[in-house]
Amino acid sequence: MLLIDDLHVSIGDSEILSGVSLEVPDGEIHAVMGPNGSGKSTLAHVLAGRDPYEVTAGRVLYEGVDLLAMVPEERAAAGVFLGFQHPVEIPGVPTMYFLRTALNAQRRARGQEELGPVEFLALVDAKRRLVEMERALLDRAVNDGFSGGERKRNEILQMLILEPRLAVLDETDSGLDIDALRVVAAGVTTLRSPDRSALVITHHQRLLDHLVPDRVHVLAGGRIVRSGGPDLAAELEAHGYATLGGPAVESLTVSTGTVSTGTAR
Amino acid sequence: MTAMARPATARRPPSGAAVGMAVQVPERASEPGWLKAARQRAATWVDAHGFPTTKHEDWRYTKLDAVLAVPLAAPPEGAAEDGQASLSSGDLPAPHLGGSRVVVVNGWIVPELSAIGVALPGGVRVESLASALQADDGRLEQSWARHVGGYPHALRALNDAAVCDAVVIDLPPGAVVEDPIEVVFVSLPASEASWWHPRLVVVAGAGSSATLVETYLSVPGGPSVTNAVTQVHLGAGAQLAHYVLQGERRDSLHFSSLEARLGPASRLSSRLLATGGRIGRHEVDVVLAGEGADVELDGLFLVGAGQHHDNPVLVDHAAPGCTSRQLYKGVVSGDGHGVFNGHLVVRPGADGTDAAQVNKNLLLSEQAEVDTRPRLEINADDVACSHGAAVGQLDPDALFYLRARGVPEREARVVLVSGFAHEILERFGSGAIRQRAEELATAAGLIVLDEDGHPGGIATCAATGSRRGGLSQ
Repeated sequence: MLLIDDLHVSIGDSEILSGVSLEVPDGEIHAVMGPNGSGKSTLAHVLAGRDPYEVTAGRVLYEGVDLLAMVPEERAAAGVFLGFQHPVEIPGVPTMYFLRTALNAQRRARGQEELGPVEFLALVDAKRRLVEMERALLDRAVNDGFSGGERKRNEILQMLILEPRLAVLDETDSGLDIDALRVVAAGVTTLRSPDRSALVITHHQRLLDHLVPDRVHVLAGGRIVRSGGPDLAAELEAHGYATLGGPAVESLTVSTGTVSTGTAR
Repeated sequence: MTAMARPATARRPPSGAAVGMAVQVPERASEPGWLKAARQRAATWVDAHGFPTTKHEDWRYTKLDAVLAVPLAAPPEGAAEDGQASLSSGDLPAPHLGGSRVVVVNGWIVPELSAIGVALPGGVRVESLASALQADDGRLEQSWARHVGGYPHALRALNDAAVCDAVVIDLPPGAVVEDPIEVVFVSLPASEASWWHPRLVVVAGAGSSATLVETYLSVPGGPSVTNAVTQVHLGAGAQLAHYVLQGERRDSLHFSSLEARLGPASRLSSRLLATGGRIGRHEVDVVLAGEGADVELDGLFLVGAGQHHDNPVLVDHAAPGCTSRQLYKGVVSGDGHGVFNGHLVVRPGADGTDAAQVNKNLLLSEQAEVDTRPRLEINADDVACSHGAAVGQLDPDALFYLRARGVPEREARVVLVSGFAHEILERFGSGAIRQRAEELATAAGLIVLDEDGHPGGIATCAATGSRRGGLSQ
């Protein structure tokens, strides 16, 4: 499904990923854990095509195709989904409209018929129950005034509607209460199938109590320093990241690349 | 003598005539003496003061050179008839709003294209200038007398001097007009005279209420100048919902002024969607004259390549306990230029004033330009006033969010711009007026982004917002 091979990524003059390699086979859920500043979010953003990261070496193959050569919307249409750590507000754009625009854009790109309003409504109603979201919330602008938990549920709802083949969840569990955490885990589990995979990026083991991964990778200092089975997460929880071998964990501040020109809303 | 008192020769009409001579005051024997005198007074004012230049504070951003290049001749009576044959009902906006419709072509009411008197309750009058003059009871004289002490600038005076016809709407006390009254101003460029001075006068008696929709459009021809004045007088407790849809073609020049005077506890909401013309200037002068009056002003100006739109908005709190709220949003693309020039005045004694003034602008290209000047002038205690202005680009995070969900970049930009505009468009209600507003916005490029073959206009900020990929190996 996904092959990351010796990936080096910089932003400006600082290298954030220094040779990440990992493989996620079809049907597997892999977790990437690591301390703050280890490059976890950068990895997620690079997979989705976010600016302004620069890939200086290495490659990423998605179903055998060069993922990095595709623009973000092409990646999405090909089945790659990024669950955002900080889902963005889009004032003035109703969530329902956003969802339908996204789904139909992907369907068009894949040469499928667009979904009409009635079918779409039925689809959303079925999926929103899985994430326990009120219909009224979907009539509001995207994430506008949503609580942290509502935003994350909205991410999972989008994932369920778009049905990606590869879901990359960037700390989707951060800041969630136990109910929301359960919803996130259930969402990922719902999609689990032999031809779908997920890369779950997390700081804590908490999510992995609800969502048992096939493999756990530890990212530190821009590299995968350890990989193992589900037990590795528990070990990290017990002993922390400090006991890990490999290069010293540097404290890095990861910029998400916000342009400073300001935005008008 | 100040710089603005005498315009430079270049700003004169090309005829070489002095400005005062160029102002042709219609000679009509049937008009009452006060009107003849008022016309002459206004023409004399123009002659004495000339046209404003960019040295004039309120005209800093709008040059009149292009305007004054259009011959300043008044259209003769019946001028509109020539072209009317070519104007079919298909040229008029649809859907019909359900109420009375007055079609004004080149400043003259055209009864054949209008449907006056539809859905009007008893006592409500919608009539022409000539008709209103017959039953003259001082109302119109008041309308012309408001600038006796001096005009804000020559274009307002010109309207007083050269107006041909007027739409006069009279609501007796307590009258309630359910269906919108629509006035459609059509500019139909004639061979020579292409200045029109349309006028709309609304006198709303105590406790009356109505909805008024002004639509401005033009049909292909040459350049034309529309210099419109709308006057609104609201009696105690009267309510008017007012909408302006301005969408003339790009060779048109549009100037309009809304002059509103609000009596005690009256309520005016005025909503502007401005998209048309090479130059559009949409002046609003509201005087909150009676205690407890309330005004809401909303504006959305969509300014594309080669366009210039200026929004001078003056709200004058002259009585205590009044509220005012302004929200103007600009979307500027290509090398367009948008201006918001808001001035909020609280007079001495206007205690309990509650006023807010907000202007937000979205720049869609590197060449696009916005000037915003929100100003407060407070001369009373016990007031709550706020103002704010913002100029920005599309949110790159929101753009990436949409793209990461599979929405192509171009479409994603459209979604974001529409979202920005939505806050104003939703104030056009949910019925036919809203539909007309959305169609006008769409025609202006809110959806069709590559008008004028200008991929650079909208796409330029793609370079800053989200460069394509950028992740080569």
